[in-house]
Amino acid sequence: MSPVAAPEMVNPGINDVIEDAKRHAKDPASDQTMVLNMGPQHPSTHGVLRLVLEIDGETVVSMAPDIGYLHTGIEKTAEAKFYQQVVPLTDRIDYLSPMCNNLCYCLAVEKLLALEIPERAQTIRVLLNELTRIQSHLVWLGTHAMDIGALTVFLYCFREREELLRLFEAVAGQRMMTSYFRIGGLSMEPPAGWFDRVQKFLNIMPSKIAEYEGLLSGNPIWYSRLKGVGYLSPEDAVRLGVTGPPLRASGVDWDLRRDMPYTGYEKYTFKVPISHDGDVWARYTIRLEEMYESVKIAQQALDRMPEGRITADAPKIILPDREEMKTQMESLIHHFKIVTEGFGVPAGEVFQTVESPRGVMGYYVVSDGTNKPLRVHMRNPSYATLQALETMCKGKLLGDVVAVIGSIDIVLGEIDR
Amino acid sequence: MADALMSLDTVCAALPDNAALLALRDVAVDAKWDRNELTVTVAPGDIIAATRAVQAAGYNFFEDCTAVYWYPSEPRFQVTYHIVSTTMKERVRLAVLLPGDDPAVDSITSVWPSSNFYEREVFDLFGIRFVGHPNLVRIMMPLDWKGHPLRKDYPVEGYR
Repeated sequence: MSPVAAPEMVNPGINDVIEDAKRHAKDPASDQTMVLNMGPQHPSTHGVLRLVLEIDGETVVSMAPDIGYLHTGIEKTAEAKFYQQVVPLTDRIDYLSPMCNNLCYCLAVEKLLALEIPERAQTIRVLLNELTRIQSHLVWLGTHAMDIGALTVFLYCFREREELLRLFEAVAGQRMMTSYFRIGGLSMEPPAGWFDRVQKFLNIMPSKIAEYEGLLSGNPIWYSRLKGVGYLSPEDAVRLGVTGPPLRASGVDWDLRRDMPYTGYEKYTFKVPISHDGDVWARYTIRLEEMYESVKIAQQALDRMPEGRITADAPKIILPDREEMKTQMESLIHHFKIVTEGFGVPAGEVFQTVESPRGVMGYYVVSDGTNKPLRVHMRNPSYATLQALETMCKGKLLGDVVAVIGSIDIVLGEIDR
Repeated sequence: MADALMSLDTVCAALPDNAALLALRDVAVDAKWDRNELTVTVAPGDIIAATRAVQAAGYNFFEDCTAVYWYPSEPRFQVTYHIVSTTMKERVRLAVLLPGDDPAVDSITSVWPSSNFYEREVFDLFGIRFVGHPNLVRIMMPLDWKGHPLRKDYPVEGYR
């Protein structure tokens, strides 16, 4: 059965779905359909996603996502804060990849300010971004497997994630809401022995990824639940704005780390995994391969870790050293000025993108020359990817909707902001 | 960093080979080259023609649509589109300026369906109507919400 209300419509609204069910009910030639409300408290919707589905037996006829349950107005709040005070807000958008958010915002403002970031800070940023990517993919793999019914993998993934969160805590003082990057550099030097701990982690991580693969890839239930499910063609993926692993699983070779390098990614050698299958299985294999590649990039960052400063030479923007502040008058004045008045940013608009674990994350920052941003807008990958959910699920089984939601790895915090 | 080029003529002179500028020659009213980012302003009625032109020129991926509220100056709204080319690895920003009362612009969902949610978000938070949008209802705020939160005259802590 196909939707009668608007068969060609991409992304219908909730009311369209309900109207469609009513029309099916009136048509004596067809079976009656049923409207099913899934979420916002459903455990496999990864947060507060609500789906309104019209189903014919087990088959999805049409569906519409309902979002906004987690809307906290971060874009509005950012307009009322100094530039440096926005950094902690950005963690809360995509809470599984806080460092990528921090980085994207800092890069955007640094572009407005035309700041030169020292080599060491850039390398630590790359290192932490790749660790964040592994951490985010571990949460994805654990929850995705749990949705499908493989509960054990979750515990294995969170074992390694725990070590990563400890590493984040050691540099930033926080496990999840790190706010470690600053406009102009980093907040502080990593503690003594931290790089050794990272090295230890990178030594064991490839064997752990192989362990997850061993738990899942050969499993016939896992294979049959994933293979051929939720197909997305490359044309649809581009048309619907899908980015990140789902886009590359559909065969579009687009990774910003390689194609529009930022913060020194052009100095690293890595492979961008591509698949042409476009199904849930392809997204699974691509993310696993990406974890191996992230380990390689992190290793290269660790090997080439240069010495030097971790902040740019801009005393009016970066808080001075604590010791200098106690001994030098200028430092004390700068500290007072930055904390009480912020700093002015030259007028202009920039759009900075980074490759987050979920795809293209962009920050659009508009400045009018004052100490508060006129507008901060976040382009979040999950928001666009969610638009493809209907295309992937229409005409397929209801049970596969759960697998598809897991495979696109959405975070509702960044959808609703 | 090079100085910003702020007018259509200087930008066209500085970037004679830019595919987006060549495609938009007929509809561009203003252009800006600032911090290695190209912004082309078009008239509100020309946005569908402009997006089709850049799409034909190879800018195949719609990334983002949002708005800026230039309170209290006129034209009050700027609707911004970010479009990237995955082959040329270049980005172009299209901008449309709209008046403060009853702002409306054509929807580009017919060109890129991915703009659907973005235009709904701008409608919800700024109150800009997108003519021809298939499903223009609020997306973030509750359906019965009054006001548009991202306008500058909307208080940060809400109405009391």
